[in-house]
Amino acid sequence: MRILNAGPLSTVQDLGRIGYQSMGFSPSGAMDERALVIGNLLVGNPRDCAAVEMTLSGMSVRFDYPAVIALTGADMNARLNGNVFPRYTAVYVNAGDALVCSTAKSGCRGYLCVAGGIDVPVVMGSRSTNLKCRLGGYEGRKLAAGDWLPYGAALKNTEGRAYHPDEVRDITELRVVLGPQDALFPKESIETLLRETYTVTPSSDRMGTRLEGPAIQAREKSDIISDGIAAGSIQIPASGMPIILTADRQTTGGYAKIATVISVDLAKLAQVRPGGRVCFTEVSVYKARHIYKAQQAEYRKLEKGIGWKYV
Amino acid sequence: MNIHPCGDRALTVELGDRIDEGVNARVCKLAALISQTKLPGVQETVPTFRALLVLYDPGITSYPKLRRALTRLLAKCEHADAAGGRIFELPVLYNGPDLPDVAAHAGISESEVVARHSKPAYLIYMLGFLPGFAYLGGLDPSIVTPRLTTPRTKIPAGAVGIGGEQTGVYPLDSPGGWRLIGMTPVKPYDPGREEPILYRAGDRIRFIPVDQAVYDKIRAEVEAGTYRVRVTGGSV
Repeated sequence: MRILNAGPLSTVQDLGRIGYQSMGFSPSGAMDERALVIGNLLVGNPRDCAAVEMTLSGMSVRFDYPAVIALTGADMNARLNGNVFPRYTAVYVNAGDALVCSTAKSGCRGYLCVAGGIDVPVVMGSRSTNLKCRLGGYEGRKLAAGDWLPYGAALKNTEGRAYHPDEVRDITELRVVLGPQDALFPKESIETLLRETYTVTPSSDRMGTRLEGPAIQAREKSDIISDGIAAGSIQIPASGMPIILTADRQTTGGYAKIATVISVDLAKLAQVRPGGRVCFTEVSVYKARHIYKAQQAEYRKLEKGIGWKYV
Repeated sequence: MNIHPCGDRALTVELGDRIDEGVNARVCKLAALISQTKLPGVQETVPTFRALLVLYDPGITSYPKLRRALTRLLAKCEHADAAGGRIFELPVLYNGPDLPDVAAHAGISESEVVARHSKPAYLIYMLGFLPGFAYLGGLDPSIVTPRLTTPRTKIPAGAVGIGGEQTGVYPLDSPGGWRLIGMTPVKPYDPGREEPILYRAGDRIRFIPVDQAVYDKIRAEVEAGTYRVRVTGGSV
């Protein structure tokens, strides 16, 4: 497909580059893994195929070959040859068709999934774009007008398959497991985190979501001897303003991490745009695993063709 | 030893509360044991100064199960040896723009700075910050030099510097505030190489002073893909 207009930040992403964090490589990958997986399953792909992640404003493309495509994640007001294009629906497009996405009506990140997957070269086990290292994706960079993206051969025709989009709420509830360094914070700080509402600031990006709200103070200081950072870690710098670390995070860091957003809810966080609000609820590791497994079970059902709507 | 959850897909094993070669050796030993025993569900590990981050698939394993397995492996890490890693010899042309400042700060000659900097086999405590950026321990205290007050906006890949008590090599072009004392012609990070990063946590680096002619020769070999970094040791 030919990119006619790339939007502010469109990148090729899959489920990330696993196995290189010990060398300092961020895993990258889709910020909203659920939207990517549902989009891939809609078009009959394996879960981890590469798609295009669009941010706040979508891209416009022209298809050179017929394809089955689906748009998931943020509602980007898409039109196909001028007609309203449904979200979360597998649609057959013809050679020459133009898909135009515009500013997101709700949500923050949209995904364009194509049957067969976006076929850029695999670099270190993944097609994800790592912008900082100029690695993977399309020449290691964000997409630009004029770029041409190949896609693979469709495994099957899933035209008409549909799924209900996830709701976007005024305040996004993020479930967290406390730790790894919650012991460095007094009880009142943890209560503040779990009681108050925080606003996402415009300096948020794929590396981290920066929040503004009531400050969280560590018992003494919030610096630790640098250690590894998991996705969803909520680190507290000296300012007391939490930062939730995501796909393009540094692999190591020296700020204390009070809690970690559970993996399933990182997808919800990915759809909160600057100015949006989030709050935190504590869950146990046991409960978090249960939530994870329930989502995996749903994916397995969808893979077997159970649970789809048809249009 | 403490194990803490990092959400539902990772946990951290803390093996100490200070920067210490013995603690770090146990971290690296645990990482090696996990990879050798192929613990079910473990996707990767990230060794750091005194902790090991373990990333796992909660569909295959669980926090309590993994915690038990790691506790068993930890018993085998008691006698980890910090001297067991490989030693990578990186040639360095000591011609950096801040070499005179480092010498002046230490009150010694530039050649003495070079002698002291190229003497130790520095332990790689961990990689982080940038791909292949090695956090090294063992800088001679007499050449510790504060970072620049205003960081440079672009430091070329291969630059060797001193930043406070740390020393190391910039693996990528990057901004930074370290005092630059030299350049290595070797690429610690090369995305086209089978092992994109030369070394790992637990290995050591020794800097070998070379002159311009040797630097140019090695640089040409690196570009041609024929240069092999000299590696010694490696009993782990």
